[in-house]
Amino acid sequence: MRSSANAILFVLASAASAAAEDNAVVSKAEAIVRKSFSTATPDDWNTRLKQDEVQALCSQYRNNPPPKIAERILATQQRTLKYPASGKMIGDWREGEKLASIGTGGQLSSIKPEEAGAPRGGNCYACHALAPSEVAAGNLGPSLTGFGKLRGTSPDAVKRTYQQIFNVQAFYPCSMMPRFGHNGWLTPEQIADAVAFLLDPESPVNK
Amino acid sequence: MRVLASGLAVFFAGAALTIAAANDDQTGRAMEQIQKYRQMLQDGNPAELSEMRGEQLWVTPRGPSRATLEQCDLGLGAGKLEGADARLPRYFSDTDQVQDVESRLVTCMMQLQGLTREEATRGWYLPDSDIAALVTFIAAKSKGMPIRVPTVHKKEAQIYAAGKELFFRRSGPLDFACATCHSQDGRRIRLQELPNFLDRKDAQASMVTWPAYRVSEGTVWTLERRVTDCFRQMRWPQPEYLSEAIVALEVYLRKQAEGGIMDAPGIKR
Repeated sequence: MRSSANAILFVLASAASAAAEDNAVVSKAEAIVRKSFSTATPDDWNTRLKQDEVQALCSQYRNNPPPKIAERILATQQRTLKYPASGKMIGDWREGEKLASIGTGGQLSSIKPEEAGAPRGGNCYACHALAPSEVAAGNLGPSLTGFGKLRGTSPDAVKRTYQQIFNVQAFYPCSMMPRFGHNGWLTPEQIADAVAFLLDPESPVNK
Repeated sequence: MRVLASGLAVFFAGAALTIAAANDDQTGRAMEQIQKYRQMLQDGNPAELSEMRGEQLWVTPRGPSRATLEQCDLGLGAGKLEGADARLPRYFSDTDQVQDVESRLVTCMMQLQGLTREEATRGWYLPDSDIAALVTFIAAKSKGMPIRVPTVHKKEAQIYAAGKELFFRRSGPLDFACATCHSQDGRRIRLQELPNFLDRKDAQASMVTWPAYRVSEGTVWTLERRVTDCFRQMRWPQPEYLSEAIVALEVYLRKQAEGGIMDAPGIKR
């Protein structure tokens, strides 16, 4: 009895010291970030380097959160969902197609400065196959070719697709995909255009 | 050279397949790239020019002290160049920090030649910079040697752990970390293949060939230049040159590539 109690104490103590070590490593890494990016403006610091809760948790769990944490992320991220003022969640697939190819915008490099006014896009093709005619598609994410053929354009399908692009982590905690709407990278209207590119029967994605 | 040639032959075969399916515009651009590669096969790796210029710079008295860099201590003792790069980054007691090859080179320029840090690093990122030439020269002196990054000193162990943490650290408007693109096998951004740094073979193949001549940039890039550009693509702010974040990531990446046989300067897209 005593030996098993001792064993439990030992396990608890090791777990506690491992956690303390993890904390020390995270603190050290954060200190390094603060020092190494010291020329970042306060605004850039807040929007680019400071982690929100989800980013910190996904980093901590290496994008593989335990069930309790995953549930918590789903719950908080569900609450972030916002919609276009018009209520229209499916827009113009031609505009969505343009967004899918645009990989510029929002860069902060002074040694390789971006052209002033470079457009900001979703750069979907960096990671996903979409229209079969575009062969230069990446594969970090799943192929979305024929996405609308399987799902149609019912209100439910439109809403679900919109929500997932707005904040993918409302469905898949610690997904690699950016939370395009939640992070303010794309507007709700731009996301509606991306939805059209995916779902519209006339879109090359579904041809 | 023969290895390089057969490697490029494989590249051409792959490129040709891709082109067959691509539209005219893409075909045009791809053909242009291939033309460049072909030219390069005849001329050799242009990084060799950088390497030669680096050697010249190494033995030329410069700075207020009119001294050469020949007595620079890159970790194996003053003036010992062979194999030094393969064992970097490492802890140096005189600066009390873990330094990569670029950081240590700048220390030598300051200590031996009397340059200020600002003078030594000015324009480090520009095409054909002195820093890039010197780093290429130093790296070539480790050709054929295995990467062995020490994590013995307390500061080495600490920065390694921090580098690993940074590799997985997500932030910014796209939620990206290094791991977003570099933690799975066989992944690409568009058609650009991505090394999986969690895989030893992938990590080795990538890390043993920095610095490298970048065909798309028309110049040699150092490893710090490469890592800095990843942050641009991730939409993070720009890290300072020689900063601890870059060195920490280098320690982690090179540790992942432990045992890989140095083959720099490389030639990359």
